[in-house]
Amino acid sequence: MTDQAYNFAYLDEQTKRMIRRAILKGLAIPGYQVPFASREMPMPYGWGTGGVQVSAAVLTPDDRFKVIDQGADDTTNAVSIRSFFQRTAGVATTTATREATVIQTRHRIPEEPLTEGQILVYQVPIPEPLRFLEPRESETRKMHSLEEYGLMHVKLYEDISRHGHIATSYAYPVKVEGRYVMDPSPIPKFDNPKLGDMAAIQLFGAGREQRIYALPPYTRVISLDFEDHPFEPSKADHPCGMCAATDSYLDELIVDDAGGRMFVCSDTDYCEARQAAGHIGKDNGGKGAA
Amino acid sequence: MTPLLSVQGITKKYGAHIGCADVSFDLYPGEVMGIVGESGSGKSTLLGCMAGHLTPDAGKVVFDTRTDGPRDTLTMSEPERRMLGRTDWAFVHQHARDGLRMGVSAGGNVGERLMAVGERHYGDIRDKAIDWLGRVEIDADRVDDRPTTFSGGMQQRLQIARNLVTGPRLVFMDEPTGGLDVSVQARLLDLLRGLVRDMGLSAVIVTHDLAVVRLLADRLMVMKSGRVVEAGLTDQVLDDPQHAYSQLLVSSVLQV
Repeated sequence: MTDQAYNFAYLDEQTKRMIRRAILKGLAIPGYQVPFASREMPMPYGWGTGGVQVSAAVLTPDDRFKVIDQGADDTTNAVSIRSFFQRTAGVATTTATREATVIQTRHRIPEEPLTEGQILVYQVPIPEPLRFLEPRESETRKMHSLEEYGLMHVKLYEDISRHGHIATSYAYPVKVEGRYVMDPSPIPKFDNPKLGDMAAIQLFGAGREQRIYALPPYTRVISLDFEDHPFEPSKADHPCGMCAATDSYLDELIVDDAGGRMFVCSDTDYCEARQAAGHIGKDNGGKGAA
Repeated sequence: MTPLLSVQGITKKYGAHIGCADVSFDLYPGEVMGIVGESGSGKSTLLGCMAGHLTPDAGKVVFDTRTDGPRDTLTMSEPERRMLGRTDWAFVHQHARDGLRMGVSAGGNVGERLMAVGERHYGDIRDKAIDWLGRVEIDADRVDDRPTTFSGGMQQRLQIARNLVTGPRLVFMDEPTGGLDVSVQARLLDLLRGLVRDMGLSAVIVTHDLAVVRLLADRLMVMKSGRVVEAGLTDQVLDDPQHAYSQLLVSSVLQV
């Protein structure tokens, strides 16, 4: 690659400028989906092309970058995006939530509360919360602009009538600042309460669908529900097998062919930090108590 | 008395071709207006213009709103018009599939309008849905079934329940009995007649079936080539048609 062809963080400055404008507009209208001219990235759609573009637009040489995929720092997606920005931007990277200034995430919010000055970038597959109920884009846009959100409750109604409770467990729709209904990306609904009143900036990028939306710090975010079926964040009812945490979101792992299973924190950084601090779970030689 | 709906000089053209031209009438509360005519006579165009699905080239559609009195719905803002469309107005499509969400259970279909106007209590919504299914003669245990599993007549009745659940004052119906066999038609008509009378509904019914208007409509308009050629009380028009086309229409019905 010649010197002229190289630009900090892969995208050219004009593209970053365009993306930043979309981000600023998104921050000005929390929850509103801003169209942007998504670029081809050197990765397939569905692998975080939207998130990568947003990260590229907000990264500065002084940033410390962290990538998580379902909470983990060490999966293929996380490792390859992290090394992508190591190569193209030369930024420092970390796996520690606290040290990172920009965190790109797929489908999780870190367990550790984020602070002011941090940016959380979500990868979004389908930004339109109404899409599966109303396939026409022209119609969903009109519904957003006229605040016609009755249909969203039809989905929740269907859940209750079929399963006896609201069975939607991820990508649980939220209402932002009493105005826009937003898809929080496929995070578990366990993470929904963290969306609201968060100190960090939250940016959402959908590459294939060419939409960016955002939540500025300390935004009011309410999960939709019924009066007689209130929203409940849910998680597996177990302590973590590795670090014995009872307050974190857990992954269920099948460990043998006999149906043996263990539950372990999906946030690897959180789990490792707890183990280092001496919390040992029952599958890790401990007694199971915190 | 203020008319509930006052249609004034509605004209809609498709290029040089006339959809409907200069149609005017008043509809009073509790009244049912029938519009008959052959295919292509502009009945559905007229209905679409009144219900806000089409934008007419000229004319006014003045509706007596609950809060602000008579207002021209064509100059209303779109949010207001759409709000009207899910509260005081209802639209029954000829094909139930156009008016229902086929991927959503019967209860969800009936509840949608309730949720659209801000109902947020699952138990209440479900109770109302079941109550309405009962009123249109659908068993309560079908409440969680999708309309795809329903027969044509049941789908049409479900569509009617879904439309009437918010207690509208004006119902537009586009060939509500089209595509149903005669015995199902008869039951549906009987049901509609009961609902219209019980709820004091006003309705505009477009059909080419004279039996439907004979049973349901108080007044009748006969349309031909986009224009109203004859209007009057239903029995009067059907029993003593004056215009040549009305005479043709009445005499075309087979007597069994």
